[in-house]
Amino acid sequence: MIRDITLGQYYQTDSVVHRLDPRVKLMATLVFICSLFVVEQAAGYIIAVLFLAFAIKMSNVPFQFMVRGMRAILFLLVITFVFNIFLTPGEAVVSVWKLTVTREGISMAIKMAVRLSLLIIGSSVMTLTTTPNNLTDGLEKALRPLQKLHVPVHEIAMMMSIALRFIPILLEETDKIMKAQMARGASFDEGNLLQKAKSMVPLLVPLFISAFRRANDLAMAMEARCYRGGDGRTKMKPLHYEKRDYVTYLILAVYFAVCIVVGRVISWGKIL
Amino acid sequence: MVIKMEIIKTEDLVFDYIRRDEEGNVEGITTAVDHVDLQVKPGDFIAILGHNGSGKSTLAKHFNAILMPTEGTVRVDGMDTEDADKLWDIRQRAGMVFQNPDNQIIGQVVEEDVGFGPENMGVPTREIWERVEESLKAVGMYEFRKYAPNKLSGGQKQRVSIAGVLAMHPKCIVLDEPTAMLDPGGRKEVIRAVRALNDVEGVTVILITHYMEEIIHADKVFVMDSGKIAMQGTPREIFSQVEKLKELRLDVPKVTLLAYELQKSGLPLPSGILTGKELVDALGGQLRNRGNQ
Repeated sequence: MIRDITLGQYYQTDSVVHRLDPRVKLMATLVFICSLFVVEQAAGYIIAVLFLAFAIKMSNVPFQFMVRGMRAILFLLVITFVFNIFLTPGEAVVSVWKLTVTREGISMAIKMAVRLSLLIIGSSVMTLTTTPNNLTDGLEKALRPLQKLHVPVHEIAMMMSIALRFIPILLEETDKIMKAQMARGASFDEGNLLQKAKSMVPLLVPLFISAFRRANDLAMAMEARCYRGGDGRTKMKPLHYEKRDYVTYLILAVYFAVCIVVGRVISWGKIL
Repeated sequence: MVIKMEIIKTEDLVFDYIRRDEEGNVEGITTAVDHVDLQVKPGDFIAILGHNGSGKSTLAKHFNAILMPTEGTVRVDGMDTEDADKLWDIRQRAGMVFQNPDNQIIGQVVEEDVGFGPENMGVPTREIWERVEESLKAVGMYEFRKYAPNKLSGGQKQRVSIAGVLAMHPKCIVLDEPTAMLDPGGRKEVIRAVRALNDVEGVTVILITHYMEEIIHADKVFVMDSGKIAMQGTPREIFSQVEKLKELRLDVPKVTLLAYELQKSGLPLPSGILTGKELVDALGGQLRNRGNQ
């Protein structure tokens, strides 16, 4: 049923990671991604994998949910791997027809594949343990300093949460319009790509019109409830740092330092 | 003697919709509200009735300062709606519930939506929670506070919208056809919640509708037609004028219509019968009278 659609991929359970402040989780994801591109040596990746495994363990989310995100980028992963392996210039190892596999190519390909996989799994730890709502709240508060540079942080966060709120409504509406058009003889899954694209037009036009009408109604309803932007607004669920959040920041700092030292400075265990 | 000030008062209110062509030239003017004088006393349950295009929704939008009068004035709790400094006070005093429940729920969880108004007003966090709890309890939606709005029925969504307005502690709630998109069950639910607010909490209610059944409990009814107030009075006074209501293209409740038809064919019934029980009692009286003769 289209009604039961879940937004993002939040996995409902209780864990320390779930209870962390969203700002901490955003920061952790950022640090983790940076660390992947900082390290050069195999030992660094081992530390990253261990750190990720620890985070997954703490999150109480079954591992198969983490890997689910990988399926979407499998194609990208294969292409990156193939291109790297064949197109990196360097010392030839095997040569078939016009394609040459180089030593540096193999090293690069493995490195990129590992980086990409860790990156995807790492960010899904965040999306699996944080509700979209919580995430926008975290973003709003984390980016608040940008308000001094006239970046409309509150407005962007508000737009994001309204967009999330309206996704199920618009999906339902799409379903309704589709059925209405089908009842009048339209078909959405016949013909070649161009014909399929063309058949989307009678779907998109009414959808857009209705979305604009909804936006208009919503704006009026928000104004009627005294909405006047972010100034002077209080929060029903304000974000507070707890002890566990500070501890996590500390762990992050240690992790990043270790990554730099082990993965960059000490030159042992170089891949291949 | 202390005279209670009207919560809403319009004087000679006129509102024109101006249609423009693509270059911005005026193509035509439609007068949606035409010289309306109306007073609402605190604690009243007012119904505004009219068929589509009679100007009732346009009138309602003036009570919340969403629309500004072309001519005349609107005062909410003594404040002129054209006074820009008072705008947010006015919107807090007179809350508004709209027709489409989906297009007025902002939060992704019921309780967050109810908290939206108080958040905007800058109410401290602790008090927001208190207000959310009491408002949800007042409309009987407290058990659903953790639900996502799209998992609720239309009637439940509309009750959440009412709670959202209630959490702002308004003196008056304007409901602009809140039941037009609901099924009969949902309609009853919403009307019951609205009546409870009026009876128990003493909130002034202005209900805009074209369903006749919803207005029989009102203290006063205004019937609008082409921007003017065509009739006003108690529900009984209004419903005793069946011919005039038909002229204004309004449906009369079936019971009232039946009583009217019986009366026309010679049965001496009182006019303006509103409920089935009243009709049964009146008919029972008739039977007893005949038995006595």
